Amino acid sequence: MLQAWVIASVSFAYLGVLFAIAYYGDKRADAGRSIIANPTIYALSLAVYCTTWTFYGSVGRAASTGIGFLPIYLGPTLMAGLWWFVMLKIIRISKANRITSIADFVSSRYGKSQLLGGLVTIIAVIGIVPYISLQLKAVSNSFTILLHYPDIVMPARAAAQPLLQDSALYIALILAAFTILFGTRHLDATERHEGMVAAIAFESLVKLLAFVAVGIFVTFFLYDGFGDIFDRAELVPKLKALMTVDDTGASYGSWWSLTFLSMLSIMFLPRQFQISVVENVNERHLARAIWLFPLYLLLINIFVLPIAVGGLLRFPDGSVDADTFVLTLPMAEQQELLALLVYIGGLSAGTGMVIVETIALSTMVCNDLVMPVLLRWKSLRLHEEHDLSGLLLSIRRWAIAAILLLGYVYFRAAGEAYALVGIGLISFAAVAQFAPAIIGGIYWKGGTREGAIAGLVAGFAVWIYTLLLPSFAKSGWLSLDFIKEGLFSIGLLKPQQLFGLTGLGEIPHSLFWSMLANIGCYVAVSLRRRPDVVETGQATLFVDAFRHTEGEQRSRFWRGSAQVQDLLPLIGRFLGPERAREAFLAYARRRGVGTIDQLEANADLVHYAEALLAGAIGGASARVMVASVVKEEPLGIDEVMNILDEASQVRAYSKQLEQKSRELEAATAELRAANERLKELDRMKDDFISTVTHELRTPLTSIRAFSEILLEDPKTNLANRRKFLAIIVKETERLTRLINQVLDMAKIESGNAEWHTADIDLQEVIEETLAATSTLFADKRISLEKHLAADLPRVRADRDRLIQVMLNLLSNAVKFCEEDSGRVTVRLSAESGVARVDVEDNGTGIAEADQATIFEKFRQVGDTMTAKPQGTGLGLPISRQIVEHFGGRLWVRSSLGKGATFSFTLPFDTGDARQEERRQND
Amino acid sequence: MTKRILIVDDEPNIVVSLEFLMKREGFEVAVAMDGEAALKSVEEKTPDLVLLDIMLPKKNGFEVCQTIRANPELQAVKIVMLTAKGRDTEVAKGTALGADAYMTKPFSTKDLIAQVRQILGES
Repeated sequence: MLQAWVIASVSFAYLGVLFAIAYYGDKRADAGRSIIANPTIYALSLAVYCTTWTFYGSVGRAASTGIGFLPIYLGPTLMAGLWWFVMLKIIRISKANRITSIADFVSSRYGKSQLLGGLVTIIAVIGIVPYISLQLKAVSNSFTILLHYPDIVMPARAAAQPLLQDSALYIALILAAFTILFGTRHLDATERHEGMVAAIAFESLVKLLAFVAVGIFVTFFLYDGFGDIFDRAELVPKLKALMTVDDTGASYGSWWSLTFLSMLSIMFLPRQFQISVVENVNERHLARAIWLFPLYLLLINIFVLPIAVGGLLRFPDGSVDADTFVLTLPMAEQQELLALLVYIGGLSAGTGMVIVETIALSTMVCNDLVMPVLLRWKSLRLHEEHDLSGLLLSIRRWAIAAILLLGYVYFRAAGEAYALVGIGLISFAAVAQFAPAIIGGIYWKGGTREGAIAGLVAGFAVWIYTLLLPSFAKSGWLSLDFIKEGLFSIGLLKPQQLFGLTGLGEIPHSLFWSMLANIGCYVAVSLRRRPDVVETGQATLFVDAFRHTEGEQRSRFWRGSAQVQDLLPLIGRFLGPERAREAFLAYARRRGVGTIDQLEANADLVHYAEALLAGAIGGASARVMVASVVKEEPLGIDEVMNILDEASQVRAYSKQLEQKSRELEAATAELRAANERLKELDRMKDDFISTVTHELRTPLTSIRAFSEILLEDPKTNLANRRKFLAIIVKETERLTRLINQVLDMAKIESGNAEWHTADIDLQEVIEETLAATSTLFADKRISLEKHLAADLPRVRADRDRLIQVMLNLLSNAVKFCEEDSGRVTVRLSAESGVARVDVEDNGTGIAEADQATIFEKFRQVGDTMTAKPQGTGLGLPISRQIVEHFGGRLWVRSSLGKGATFSFTLPFDTGDARQEERRQND
Repeated sequence: MTKRILIVDDEPNIVVSLEFLMKREGFEVAVAMDGEAALKSVEEKTPDLVLLDIMLPKKNGFEVCQTIRANPELQAVKIVMLTAKGRDTEVAKGTALGADAYMTKPFSTKDLIAQVRQILGES
């Protein structure tokens, strides 16, 4: 038996621990040694997303819809993937503009509109109240159930209990007191609560630990692991159905819409905005949260299905509410301590949510709802107060208490009609209404104040009509008739089948219509007019957040005059005079002046003051307050557009410059490359001339020497005379041949060669060449074999040129063959589309390394044993040029000492070649 | 005593003309057709003067010149380089490697003979 006082004192002890952590965290923060400047703590604190709704409700939803609980966690996991773009931008914008809440964010974006800030606040409060009531319900239920340990008794309907005996009321009051202690001990210009974040990170660990403990207990102690549980579930038809997704449109629609809804909620729930944006210390912490937070969600969800199935198997008669399985399973097994741990886990989840949510909401209520009204209320004479920081704190404290009591009222009124998950989703759908104004606001400069208001109002109205009112009706506050018959008995106005849209669950249905109305109104109304001066300025700050650094652009949209003596007291009234002096002094030092009096009250200082104030009372109110002491000269829209145009022109100009310099660089690189090519060509030309000179000088040497010999000594004997004259003639021929070939080569290379193209019978050409070279063969007694395919198609080529090629190949073959034993084989054959000629010899062969070289000009590969081969070194290069001119290929296959085969191909005449020629000749 | 001249060139007709000229002038003549043969010939019987072509198979004239100059026993050997490449850099290279004279092809037979005689100290 667990006594009430035991449970109560454990509860208070736990809350005390949380408070101690928070207190320590604040102390450390004041000392400048933050304990939350740590990405893991940031990621853990984000798990404030997991409330009692996760802790108890997931199992409840899994027990009725199987894996239908998953989209709520799938959405945030998907969204985490986008954080690096969306969340980072929101964080950067918020830091640059000292945004303190989601209402502040929206109102700042649309020209610091007080109306918009108030509207967002109202939507947030109304939307979140059911969610808070859900925490109260869960905590109070778990308290009641635990109280009856070891019996398992479902809590009676809350309404049936007298008010003063209702544990939920006391829980609400205790939480209110606790939150006030946590969040409003003092006023901070940055609206950050380091201690609270530390406590939240701790409670995230506690609830995870408690849930996993139950999961392990159920899975591995009650049953034999995951396999065992699911095997047992297979045997029960009702449970088997839980393991599958219905293959219906509504089922998928529900999955998609719940995933989408939770994607938006993880960004825009006031407490998530508070933790992930306002409390963020360092935007780099986001990088770890992107994977650690989804991992947390995975861990806390692993045991949901086993616990749900285990509960359904353990309590088959349906007497126990599935929402309580997490607690009732350990109780049924007499696990007293585990049950207590679960209760603490649930309390932890509920407390964490309530604290952060109400702090966030109270900031919004104070800054965006109450203060603007009070400041306008001239008879209150607030303008004359010297220190308003106390007033601000008490407004927040009252707001916290009021919000929690509202939650309690909703709990009394509607709580029992819905399961935990149902209530949570209603809140999600309300918060989703912020998405168009925020997402649109950070990516689209065209959104206007009226557009944002219209979208929010339309979406929120549809939400009230399709979700909130039906939830009231179901709990008996309203007649059910308008659900069944439609408003005024008009069928098309049935709140859950609006305009005849059926087949969707209530949440997807509401989400569809509210988003349609919201986005439609936001875009349509925004497009009706051009954003004004202030809106344009803010839009630029928000949309181009990644482009500007803090403060670079803000002061450019403001012109006016101010006095430091006016600004300082103004800030002092809200932050306290001491804090204001410190802030101004810090600013002065950053500017390089020693005292506040030396500060120049320029646009930058005015904006600094406004930002300071915005931290305390929100952007919209801060603007009003600063405007009251500063003489502003309004800027015309044209002037603002000019400033913006100027900026964009400068940007465009610098882009052009960059472009030009890139082009220049590219051109320089090209020039350099071209120059290198030219140099290379020059070197090649140089080499060519040097080589030609060498080749010309060599025969000239012999000719001159013998001519001089003969000239000097006319009486040279006859045999010598004949020998010398023969050499002179031979060398002269060599000289002539060389000159001809150099000219030939030059003509072919420059494209000036004359080609007499005709249809050629290759066989005939080969026979003719062989006939012409027969004496060469005979002189060295080299045998000749020929295998010439007859009747091949003709090729288009220059007959004389082909003879030149054949002569070159044949004389080369003869040249490198041994006398007597030499053998040359000539083959003509057809390959696919081409004629192929091979000239094979059994001569000295060509080393692999030299095979490419021999086709270069003047690169003979000599028989090194005796002497340089005869010839000019131009035969093969010219032959290759000729063959390639007619679309063929010339190559060699050989290895040293084993002869060589020179082969070339020429395409058969198909008619195309002739057309091509005609085209070229034209 | 008859001076010995080694003719090193891979062009047979040039060898024929040089051989005829040198013999006519009364020198003893040896012939090598590539760089390695030239070095071998120098080793077998040291010539008084080498007529050395540069573009040679196996070892070019520069290498042959360098090898001869590196051998202290062959300090007395005179070297006349003959080449069809007339660029200044090659003349400079030849002289730097220790050639005694450098003649560009085609050369005047009279000049060549005069040069050879002068180098051999016979003029």
